[in-house]
Amino acid sequence: MTIDLESKIPNNVDLASDRKLQRALEAWQPSFLSWWREMGPDGFQDDEVYLRTAVSVSADGWAHFANVKMPDYRWGIFLAPPARETIGFGDHLGEPAWNEVPGDLRAALRRIVVTQADTEPASVEQQRRLGHSAPSLYDLRNLFQVNVEEGRHLWAMVYLLHKHFGRDGREEAEGLLARRSGDADRPRILGAFNARIDDWLSFFMFTMFTDRDGKYQLAALSESGFAPLARTTRFMLTEEAHHLFVGETGVDRIVRRSAELTRLDPNGDARAQGGIDLPTLQRYLNYWFSLSLDLFGGEVSTNAADFFASGLKGRYRESEQAEHRALEQVVRLETFENGRVAEREVPLRNAMNEQLRDAYVEDCERAVARWNKTLTGSGVGFRLKLPSRRFHRAIGPFAHQPFDPDGRLGSPDDWAAHLDDFLPSESDRSFVRALQRPVHARGQIAHWISPPAKGINGQPFDFEYVRRV
Amino acid sequence: MVPESFETHPSRYRHWRATFDGAWCRLALDAREGEPLVPGYALKLNSYDLGVDLELADFVQRLRFCHPEVKAVIVTGAKERVFSAGANIRMLAGSSHPFKVNFCKFTNETRLAMEDASRHSGVKFLAAVNGTCAGGGYELALACDEIALVDDGQSAVSLPEVPLLGVLPGTGGLTRVVDKRRVRRDRADMFATLVEGIKGKRALEWGLVDRLVPKSRFEQAIFERAQELAARTDETPRGPAIELEPLDPRIDGDRIAYSHVELAMDRVRRRADLVVSGPAGEEAAALADIVAAGSCWWPLRAFRELDDALLRLRFHGEEVNVVTLRTRGDIEKLLAVDRTLEELRQVGLVREVLLHIARTLRRLDLTARSFFAVVDRESCFAGPLLELALAADRTYMVDDGATRMALTPLNFGAFPMSHGLTRLAQRLADGDGDPARLADREDRLRARRGELLGAAAADQAGLVTVRADDIDFDDELRVAVEERASLSPDALTGMEASLRFAGTESLATKIFGRLSAWQNWIFTRPNATGPTGALTRYGAPEQAQFDPRRT
Repeated sequence: MTIDLESKIPNNVDLASDRKLQRALEAWQPSFLSWWREMGPDGFQDDEVYLRTAVSVSADGWAHFANVKMPDYRWGIFLAPPARETIGFGDHLGEPAWNEVPGDLRAALRRIVVTQADTEPASVEQQRRLGHSAPSLYDLRNLFQVNVEEGRHLWAMVYLLHKHFGRDGREEAEGLLARRSGDADRPRILGAFNARIDDWLSFFMFTMFTDRDGKYQLAALSESGFAPLARTTRFMLTEEAHHLFVGETGVDRIVRRSAELTRLDPNGDARAQGGIDLPTLQRYLNYWFSLSLDLFGGEVSTNAADFFASGLKGRYRESEQAEHRALEQVVRLETFENGRVAEREVPLRNAMNEQLRDAYVEDCERAVARWNKTLTGSGVGFRLKLPSRRFHRAIGPFAHQPFDPDGRLGSPDDWAAHLDDFLPSESDRSFVRALQRPVHARGQIAHWISPPAKGINGQPFDFEYVRRV
Repeated sequence: MVPESFETHPSRYRHWRATFDGAWCRLALDAREGEPLVPGYALKLNSYDLGVDLELADFVQRLRFCHPEVKAVIVTGAKERVFSAGANIRMLAGSSHPFKVNFCKFTNETRLAMEDASRHSGVKFLAAVNGTCAGGGYELALACDEIALVDDGQSAVSLPEVPLLGVLPGTGGLTRVVDKRRVRRDRADMFATLVEGIKGKRALEWGLVDRLVPKSRFEQAIFERAQELAARTDETPRGPAIELEPLDPRIDGDRIAYSHVELAMDRVRRRADLVVSGPAGEEAAALADIVAAGSCWWPLRAFRELDDALLRLRFHGEEVNVVTLRTRGDIEKLLAVDRTLEELRQVGLVREVLLHIARTLRRLDLTARSFFAVVDRESCFAGPLLELALAADRTYMVDDGATRMALTPLNFGAFPMSHGLTRLAQRLADGDGDPARLADREDRLRARRGELLGAAAADQAGLVTVRADDIDFDDELRVAVEERASLSPDALTGMEASLRFAGTESLATKIFGRLSAWQNWIFTRPNATGPTGALTRYGAPEQAQFDPRRT
């Protein structure tokens, strides 16, 4: 069966005349749709959702709003216009950017693309049941918007695999649909993408912290000397911004509501008022922030140095850096040796993961400050904070060491004794889950979260963002 | 880099965890990152250094003597999703050339010892590859009888040395892929240039692994397969079990003294003397007495000491160019022990002793030093100790009417070299390779088993290189040793390795003679270890730069 791809897949990559790509996508597209039906949002597939679709890369083309059934969503393939014609960093600085994969970088590049690509379907799988407990139609719509765009990001990455990596690329593209988040036999590649997301607090924390890792990875890849990767990821960033917005404002709306309920309760207990108490919120924050820090990779990394040297992956906002070879400088990194925290001098290139993590942490600090401003305004004394980077790590020098959220080293016994103070306990999780009752009526919202300051695309909050059938 | 001692004991293992359960055993690598042999690198991702490998060698050795009930060993990684990432690259990059060569040689010998245990002692090794399995990690799996790979959509086996480091997988990887596992050479070529390796179905199709097991059933499937392997009934005699006592040599500078072996190195004159003493008193001759003597039984003790001395010679005696090999003792007492070994060779324990002697002698064959055996009036070159003279590059014998050597039945096949031939066969070729005449010469020697051969008879039998009377002998030997010590150590290493293994090839000789030799050359080349070489620059911020000229 020949699929009319051109009409189904909005694109600016001249799909109509690329037979190789057509052949690959014709085989892959039905698999994608069956994956979406099996692992995409549970239910709601026949509902009309007020979704944004990218139809071109022009300023007015990337946010085209309409009521769409999700399986009919037009997952497009777009490359942003090239930002530069030459390679912007590393050993090949100033040489013409590559439009085809250089043979010697094929394996490394494929690994970068596959690792990034794997996160896209993973998050859709993680979030597939959340629709049944959405706190409002507004939030339900945002969930689906995030889901379909993660689906599109998968398309964007699969396009690169099909277009540039031959048979191996096609096999990897199949593999992306074969792995399953949290599956014992075929887990997703990265740890955080196998974690459970079965309540909306986790969803907001995920879109705040874990998707934000994605932003920094995409930003670093958008500097790539491999032009198709740079151009693809730059366009993905425009969509990713909305996901981060959903997360950051989602947490803020819970913070606002929790503060209100805390003040309302004679004992200052938000839980007694049917809300989420701020200490529980802090524990969720501890969990998702620390899990997301691991996604940046080891503090000292040979791979990161190689990726930078070979021009595959740059720094965050590489063009704003004073110097682009990063060969002479060293940085001091915190490490853990012989049971003590110490500092070590590392060549800058080997510290690229940590550089990216620095930018990320700074961004997270800014969001936490915003939430704390909300708390200040509400008159509640509690303040949220990011845990130490040493806390609850699974990779790097601090991995599996009993550091508390303040970065103090305790004994394994201390860790075990305070575990329920540091991270969400099973009882926290079941409490939060119990609050998750669906609110699918127009203009209404669940008790434990505040409504948003404004709606989507200039629509009011009580707009019918999802038309149930 | 160099350890003080090569001995260890399960109670002191830091990196391996062995769990015994009847006829099977689980050996799990859990390398302690922060405990490398010397500071300067971390044993991340179950990477190994000599300290890790010494424990593995100790395990395989004790398996044979202390655990005769074990028929199957699961080799796996104790870390989540990590089997082993292979030899530690920073350790290699920071090592001297001689250390690298000796490290690789030792790790190769350990893997061959695993295969030796499988072939001769009925212990089957099952590699349970639970995650990252790269380079030396995959080579460890290749040394096992079977490889099971977790099928989690990610875990792959790989030999990334060529594309990643500009060196070879030096622990037999390339050889075993094509020679043992019979992977097609064109596919092996693809495999060995793919940094990320090959996973899942293709790994199975290409024969890189024997089975794929889903992650959720991995432990259970491995356990069941180990049970099957452990339940095999074969006729391999094993046991009784004995303990292997520590050797604890007395070390006084460059003089190392064991109970039956003494090694004295003279770094200035670039020579060493290695002396093995025969049994001093009445040695146990009945099985019960042998078991009671345990690892103090002369043939086991003496060759364990010799084995240890050879490692010290290799690692501590880099400057030594030529070694004189002597024996001391009563040749009749030695022949008595020899008869016991021969008579009880079907008993498991005695068989293990013979196999151990054979391995030690192969370590001698593979030691890059010139060996001159010195046969004089006090010596006792017979049976297992005669092999020392046959292993030597030259044999000097005093022709004084009193000095004797003796061939025994054991010299005709109990101690095969790496290529499966006897050392005696190497001496039979005398400008004539005709198989019938070779067999005839061997038969004539066979008829003289147990007979004490004087210098003339030994010479005629092909056992002696230089025969001199007692007036000339000392001078003859001194001049030869001094001359030898003055020659290029590199040329001698290559020359001896070429001359020692006449005849057929085996997996082992290919590994040492081809893979290791090329590896050792590559290790000295700028493209690997020069200032811009790939091994030097691994992990460094700059990329490797190659000299493009192909040699």
